[in-house]
Amino acid sequence: MTPLLAGGGPVIPNYGKATGCIANDNAFLCPKWVQEHWGDTLQPALVQHVYLTAIAVGIGFAIAFLCALAAHRFGWLAPPISVFTAFLYTVPSIALFQVLVPITGITITTIEIGLVGYTLLVLFGNTLAGLRSVPPDVIEAARGMGLTRLQVLRRVELPLAVPAIGAGIRIAVVTTISLATVAAYITPYGLGKPIFDGLQIDYHTEYVMAGLLAIALALVADAVLVLVQRSLTPWRRARA
Amino acid sequence: MIVAATLNGHTFVDAFRFLWDDRSFVGQKVLEHVGLSAVAVGIAAAIALPIGVWLGHIHRAAFVAINLSNLLRALPSLAVISIFLPILGIGHAVVVIALVVLGAPLILTNSWVAVDGVDPDIVEAARGMGLTPLQILLGVELPLALPLIFAGIRTAAVYVVATATLAGVVGGGSLGDIIFNQPTYFLSGVIGAALLVSALAFAAYFLFTLLERLLTPRGLRHAGAVRLHEEEPPVVFEAAVTS
Repeated sequence: MTPLLAGGGPVIPNYGKATGCIANDNAFLCPKWVQEHWGDTLQPALVQHVYLTAIAVGIGFAIAFLCALAAHRFGWLAPPISVFTAFLYTVPSIALFQVLVPITGITITTIEIGLVGYTLLVLFGNTLAGLRSVPPDVIEAARGMGLTRLQVLRRVELPLAVPAIGAGIRIAVVTTISLATVAAYITPYGLGKPIFDGLQIDYHTEYVMAGLLAIALALVADAVLVLVQRSLTPWRRARA
Repeated sequence: MIVAATLNGHTFVDAFRFLWDDRSFVGQKVLEHVGLSAVAVGIAAAIALPIGVWLGHIHRAAFVAINLSNLLRALPSLAVISIFLPILGIGHAVVVIALVVLGAPLILTNSWVAVDGVDPDIVEAARGMGLTPLQILLGVELPLALPLIFAGIRTAAVYVVATATLAGVVGGGSLGDIIFNQPTYFLSGVIGAALLVSALAFAAYFLFTLLERLLTPRGLRHAGAVRLHEEEPPVVFEAAVTS
């Protein structure tokens, strides 16, 4: 009893969240908490978030790419696929996750199904727009040089579509990073988990830090993708 | 937070039943949702339109108009909310800020591209006719740029309406109150409210499409007079978000 009050301050219950920080009057950002919980909370959440995003965009791109190739070859496929992906996009994410829970449970699968669905609109739209933006003269010239249809696709159309595809992937990645934070409301995974945990117990440092990490992740991912895209399209740099 | 719910045909019937039975409550939430979104789109447009149009008019700051916008667009809304929450506290302000951060870049980029991309020959002709820069901006560039400018506002509005749901996490005041509260409203209520959010997003889309039609000068409606420069980074992104 005496030792507790010896410090002169009020007795503050320790919720086990932040030993050195809770007395700090729930500061905006308490560095000590970040230091103590980097290893057990923040870093795993960040890694999980990267996984969530990579898997969603990877699967989404595979589906969208095949659909775009099919729609490029058979033009009549484009409108129905566009409408379907647009429809998927308009479903509010947090509700979709909740509808999926009775089917796939509180799992990562639930999140991924939703996230993949939201990437399709941008990835399909941009890939198809990129393929269609290749000037007919260029294709004509390639055909005239004796390239087969498949060769034209692989060596002319796809490289020229890279900027559009890259723009689509950038949007898909940052959108997915954003949606994945919300998805933690359903399945506690990724950077959304510390955000919702922090909100739940009203502990500023936890959700501010997780928010900052989510923003940093989005910006870094976007910057990395720009660099990758530049290295894939050297001719654009040369022209500029 | 998520209760073990069952999902079957009844759930969707119940969703509509919920919307009808609790129509005064739901109606109030819809009004709050629309109000919140309208304020956010209004602020975003008030900030982004003048800047975008002016920078496009003087053909400067492409880097700011495109890259800074892309940067802001990349910010996850929930993260933005969580950073401003300790400063502003629970309430509408923090949500509006996150929605403005989401919407303003889209409007800025599109208005910049729209005005910057007006055919230089047309501007040249207008200048040759003796129009002042302000007359050129208001009488030539803006009308020609309107469709693309409106595409930006429309996209921003759709995003904002969909994202205003997040208000349900921090203090409420939107349909998110229902969507983020499954224990109270059950899965049927969540689905019902989600359908309304979708409907509102579509309504915003069509409203701005209609406005664009009404404000576009008749001579331009099918002329496709807005020609963009050959090098046009954001146009793909534009095609992507509105298609």
